[in-house]
Amino acid sequence: MAAVKQTIDQVEQLEAYEHGFVTDIAQDFAPKGLSEDIVRFISAKKQEPDWMLQWRLEAYARWLAMDAPDWAKVSFPKIDFQDLYFYAAPSQKAGPMSLDEVDPELLKTYAKLGIPLREQEVLAGVQGAPRYAVDAVFDSVSVVTTFKKELAEVGVIFCSFSEAVREHPELVKRYLGTVVPTTDNYYACLNSAVFSDGSFVYVPPGVRCPMELSTYFRINAQNTGQFERTLIIADQGAYVSYLEGCTAPQRDENQLHAAVVELVVLDDAEIKYSTVQNWYPGDADGKGGIYNFVTKRADCRGDRSKVSWTQVETGSAVTWKYPSCVLRGDDSVGEFYSIAITNGHQQADTGTKMIHLGKNTRSRIISKGISAGKSSNTYRGLVSAHAKATGTRNFTQCDSLLIGKTSGAHTVPYIEARNASSKFEHEATTTRLSDDQLFYVMQRGLSQEEAVQLLVNGFVREVLQELPMEFAVEAQKLVAISLEGSVG
Amino acid sequence: MLSVSNLHVAVGGTEILKGLSLEIPAGEVHAVMGPNGAGKSTLSYTLAGRQGYEVTEGSASLNGEDLLAMAANERAARGLFLSFQYPLEIPGVPSLTFIRTALNAQRKARGEDEIGAPAFLKLAREQAAKLKIEFDMLKRPLNVGFSGGEKKRMEIFQMAMLSPQFLILDETDSGLDIDALRIVSEGVNALRSSERGMLVITHYQRLLDYIKPDRVHVLAGGKIVASGGPELALELEDTGYDRFAPAAA
Ligand SMILES: Nc1ncnc2c1ncn2[C@@H]1O[C@H](COP(=O)(O)OP(=O)(O)O)[C@@H](O)[C@H]1O
Ligand SMILES: [Mg+2]
Repeated sequence: MAAVKQTIDQVEQLEAYEHGFVTDIAQDFAPKGLSEDIVRFISAKKQEPDWMLQWRLEAYARWLAMDAPDWAKVSFPKIDFQDLYFYAAPSQKAGPMSLDEVDPELLKTYAKLGIPLREQEVLAGVQGAPRYAVDAVFDSVSVVTTFKKELAEVGVIFCSFSEAVREHPELVKRYLGTVVPTTDNYYACLNSAVFSDGSFVYVPPGVRCPMELSTYFRINAQNTGQFERTLIIADQGAYVSYLEGCTAPQRDENQLHAAVVELVVLDDAEIKYSTVQNWYPGDADGKGGIYNFVTKRADCRGDRSKVSWTQVETGSAVTWKYPSCVLRGDDSVGEFYSIAITNGHQQADTGTKMIHLGKNTRSRIISKGISAGKSSNTYRGLVSAHAKATGTRNFTQCDSLLIGKTSGAHTVPYIEARNASSKFEHEATTTRLSDDQLFYVMQRGLSQEEAVQLLVNGFVREVLQELPMEFAVEAQKLVAISLEGSVG
Repeated sequence: MLSVSNLHVAVGGTEILKGLSLEIPAGEVHAVMGPNGAGKSTLSYTLAGRQGYEVTEGSASLNGEDLLAMAANERAARGLFLSFQYPLEIPGVPSLTFIRTALNAQRKARGEDEIGAPAFLKLAREQAAKLKIEFDMLKRPLNVGFSGGEKKRMEIFQMAMLSPQFLILDETDSGLDIDALRIVSEGVNALRSSERGMLVITHYQRLLDYIKPDRVHVLAGGKIVASGGPELALELEDTGYDRFAPAAA
C-alpha cells in the first residue's frame, strides 16, 4: 500500500470546485444555434458599425468551409453548434456603466469570486484590496471596467472590446486580425464570426502602464458558448502587465469556450501576459466541464520587443491551447512559462510556438505538467527559425510530474532550424511523485495532503515566480486545490 | 518515554523485526548497533510511521501514547524526529521554507501559534552558526545537490530547529569526515536534556566516542540480542558482530 495511491474514481476535489455556483439573473439570449442571422444579431446587440459586421460575416462564410482539427491528443464528442447559444448577456443597457448601475447580483458574484470591482474600497485602502484595474466579463459582455480614468490620464486605453469598436475604431481596424488571421484555425475563425466581448488595451509610446490590468471571465449561462476577443497593443517602448482569470459554474453539459487573444508589440515594447485558468473541470466521472479551445498569439513586430506568456492551467475538461510568439523584430524575445495541472478525467494538450523570423531573436520555454487521477497531459511545442533568422537561441525545459499510476504525460516537441547559426536546447524530464519524498516530508510534520502540496509547489516554483505578486499566492492556492484528493 | 515491546515488522511480506523490545526512559541516550541488514533502519522507519512497514505483532508507544495508531505527521507533532540515513532531496523548496513549514505544521497540530518570520530567522541564524552551515545554503532547495555530509548536517540542523522530544539518528555518522562528525555530535549533544530521549543507530563504535550512550543494544536477526553499558560498544569494536550471527539464524 503505497502512499501514492491512485485517485481513481474518488477524485473528491472535483466536487469541491468552489466557484461552481450559478448566479440567478435576468439574461438576454440570442436564439439557439448558429447562422448568418445570429452573427447579425450579435453585431446589432453590440451596436457595431457596418465594417465590423462585414468582418464577422466574412469570417462566418469561411468557417462554414472549415473542418474541426483532430491532431491534438484530446478526445470529446463532436460539438453540435446548433444546440448552443452564441450570445447571453445580463439584461441591462449597452455600453459602459458605473458600478451603481450594475445589477447587485452581479456585484455579489464578483465579490464571492474575490474580484475587486469597487475602486473606492481599493482607493480607501481597505486592507488586502489589491490595486489593479479589472475588466469583468460576464458571459458575453463586459459589465464593468475599473480604474479607467486613472489609466486615461497616462493615455492608456483599457476597456471592453465592444467599447473599443465604438470608441476607438481606428485602432481596432488597424490591428484586429493582424496577429491571428480570421482563417488561422477552426476555432479562431468561429470566434471571429461570433465573438462576444473581451478586453482592449492600448499603451501609447514610452508609457509604462502604472498598474496591473486584468480581465475576469465568468461563464454563467447554460449551454452558452463564450467567445472572447482580446487585443493588446504595446506601442514603441511601452510596457504592460496583464492578467486573465476564468471560472464557471458546475454544469452537467460541456460548455464551449473559444477565445482569441492578439498581442502586438512594437519596437522596444514589452507585454507580460498571465493567465490563471480555473474553468469548471467536470465531475468525478468526467461529466460536464468546459471545452477550452483558445488561440493566443503575440506578434513581436518591433525590434527588441518582448513578450512573456505565463499560464497556470488547472481547470477545463478539455484544453487545447498554445500561446505563441512570432519573433519578427530583430533581437526580440519570447518567453513561455506554463503550469498545466490535470486531475480526474481532464485532458490538456497545451504548449507554445516560438517562430523566429528576426535576427538574434531569443526564446525560452519552461513547461511544468502535472497529471493526477485518470487525466492526460500533453506538452506540444514548436520552435522554428527562418533561414534569415541568424543567431537565434531557444532554451526549452519540459518537466512532467506524475501522481498515481493512471495518469499520463506526453511531450511532443517539434524543432525546425533553417539556418546553421541557430542554437536550440531542449531538456525534458518525467518523474513520479515518490513515496520516499512523501514520507520524508510527513516525518517533519506535514499531513499527506500538505506534503503533496509542498512537493508540487516546489516542482512549479520556477513558473510561479513569473506571476505578478498578487496572483502568485492565488495561483499557489489554486494548484493546491486542484490536486486535493489526488493521493490516496 | 519510548517503549517498544515484542515488535514484529514485515516489509513486502518478509518479516524483518521478530519480537524486538526496547525501553528508553526520558533523559537517556541508547545506542542500537548491528550488522548491515539487521533491521536498524526498519526499526527507525517503523517508529516514524512509514507506510509499507507492516506491524504484525507487538506495540510501540511514546510517553504512553500508541505510536502505531498515528500517521507519520502526528508522530512528528508529538515530538518524534528521525534523522534519515539517506535524506531526500526536495527540489524547488528552499531549506528554510521547508523547515518553517514543518515547524508551523507541528505547532498547529499541538495547538500552538505559528512562529513569526523574525523569530524563526533569528533561531535559524544561531543554529546554522553552531553547525557551521553557511546561511546561503539554507536558501537553496533542501538537499538538492548537497554532498552526503552536507545532507547529514542539514538533518541535524532541522532537528535543532524543530526541537523534538525524541530523536532517532539513523547512521548519522556515515559519510561524515572527522571534523563534520565532531560538529554534528556537538549539535546532538546540545539537545541532550532530562526531558529528551535519543535512539542512536550506528554500525560503528566511532560515533559513540562523541555521543556517549547510557545503554548499548545489539540488534541481530530482528531482535535485541545483547544489552549493556557503553563498554559493550567497545567490545563489539574488537569482536565484531560475528558472535551474534548464530542467534540470528
Ligand atoms: N522494501 C523492502 N522490501 C524487502 N526487504 C527489505 C526492504 N527494505 C529492507 N529490506 C530488508 O530488510 C532487512 C533489514 O534492512 P534495514 O532495516 O535497512 O537494515 P539495516 O538498516 O540494519 O542495515 C534487509 O535484509 C533488507 O534487505
Ligand atoms: Mg540502515
